[in-house]
Amino acid sequence: MSYALDICGLRKTFPGGLDALKGIDLQVETGDFFALLGPNGAGKSTTLGVLASLVRKTAGQVQVFDADLDSDPARLKTWLGFVPQEFNFNQFEKVGDIVRTQAGYYGMPPGRAARNAERYLRELGLWDKRDSPARMLSGGMKRRLLIARALVHEPRVLILDEPTAGVDIELRRSMWSFLERINREGVTIILTTHYLEEAEALCRNIAIIDGGRILQNTSKQALLQQLSLEHFILDIGNDPGTVPQLEGYYCFRNDEGALVVEVEREDGLNDVFRQLGEQGWEVTSMRNRSNRLEELFMSLVGRSLPESQEEASA
Amino acid sequence: MTAYQIWIAFMTIVVREVRRFTRIWPQTLLPPAVTMTLYFVIFGNLIGSRIGPMEGYDYMEFIVPGLIMMAVITSSYANVVSSFFSMKFQRSIEELLVSPTPNWVILTGYVAGGMARGLIVGFVVMLVSLTFTTLEFYSPVLVISTALLTSLVFSLGGFINAMFATKFDDISIVPTFVLTPLTYLGGVFYSINLLDPLWQAFSMANPILYMVNAFRYGVLGASDVGPVWAIAMLVVFSVVLFTLSLRLLNQGKGIRS
Repeated sequence: MSYALDICGLRKTFPGGLDALKGIDLQVETGDFFALLGPNGAGKSTTLGVLASLVRKTAGQVQVFDADLDSDPARLKTWLGFVPQEFNFNQFEKVGDIVRTQAGYYGMPPGRAARNAERYLRELGLWDKRDSPARMLSGGMKRRLLIARALVHEPRVLILDEPTAGVDIELRRSMWSFLERINREGVTIILTTHYLEEAEALCRNIAIIDGGRILQNTSKQALLQQLSLEHFILDIGNDPGTVPQLEGYYCFRNDEGALVVEVEREDGLNDVFRQLGEQGWEVTSMRNRSNRLEELFMSLVGRSLPESQEEASA
Repeated sequence: MTAYQIWIAFMTIVVREVRRFTRIWPQTLLPPAVTMTLYFVIFGNLIGSRIGPMEGYDYMEFIVPGLIMMAVITSSYANVVSSFFSMKFQRSIEELLVSPTPNWVILTGYVAGGMARGLIVGFVVMLVSLTFTTLEFYSPVLVISTALLTSLVFSLGGFINAMFATKFDDISIVPTFVLTPLTYLGGVFYSINLLDPLWQAFSMANPILYMVNAFRYGVLGASDVGPVWAIAMLVVFSVVLFTLSLRLLNQGKGIRS
């Protein structure tokens, strides 16, 4: 198996004694679309910061393809493109200059840098803004500028720290399709996100991190197999507003007053519908209460979702 | 990175820096020209005509080299300290830190940008001075080498200031409370031979005195301090400050956690 990223025993202790990473082992396969999930303060951004050479590790090994962070950092950096969580470009510089300049920092000749900058600015819908100062862009455009800047030197691995935070749903989906396309073109993608829906929709493999430790690192399918319970929201015709008594099932009303029934994965729904029918309840439609990863995340981490997920779901 | 890639990275930083200070030329290139014009008018023409010759030279001739050096010093320092600290403050320095550009290239790129501004401003001030007096360079080689080394030393000084700075106040403390007094007391407007021996001895501890006098020697062929000693000091300062700057950058002080 060839790994795009191989992390072994990664530790980070900040001055003051905070152990942000407590020995992380993580492998990401070449060509993967990989998500690193975790609550606030879990160690996601610190891990990505070490990869991007913005945070100094305390111990452990980091390898991108065959380049080691300690012995060959320049080659490792050449293969990585990093999209940070915050807008860390000069707000007064022109959009085109920001992207071309970044290519120059990687030693890319000006002609090729200009061609690549044009390609990614066009693909991300920023070409018309190339002569505008970055501060004039909207929040969504700034996020896309970060991605264009990270790709301009043709990295083999793209790391994104919360790439769609604060982005509206339409733009988020267009960014998803862009990332899926460059992943199909061979770029390995590693992202952190608060939007579990994003990880479920995009990623093939997922690691869950909390307290500076990896709790799970497996395929999305294997993770979802671990779910034992599913929740369904039932829309009832002539809803009396009460809660039916179903033998073997737990029912309750959610905050919106909708009827929710909790079902074991292997049980199926036939018996639920039979009992409801016998009691005179008419089910007109049905849907999942929430995305499945969220359920699993909460069971593993033992905490509610980060604030931004709640805001996004609201 | 290959040598060619390193050259591209270096030039990218330099071009970016030059583009930055030329884009905001009313803040960077124009003020020194205006300030120095006022110095020439007030100290050179109005007051200078009453002062009479200084060390055998017309007072205007005497102060021109010092004022050019004053412009080079302040502009070189200001360019690097403000540009690099702004990069730190906005975190756009991370654009460079994630790239394979070696630290010594980052340092030399910024310093070259500071030197470019210092030398351009020095040249502009020299052109302004030609409207008030004539300049006959006694030693063009000494003039150029002194200007280059001085802009190098103060660009490095600005870089070190920016590395330590954590807020905007920190980048104005050194120019206001250290650089300006040392420059004014560095023999720009007077010969230290006018001072009593005690103050002469104090003045000899001021590094800017040597830079001003080396430049004055290159222009007039005479100064308070020998040019060889001044150039030697500039070379030593350059080496020490470059080493310290690179060490701070390698440690990632204030820029890597």
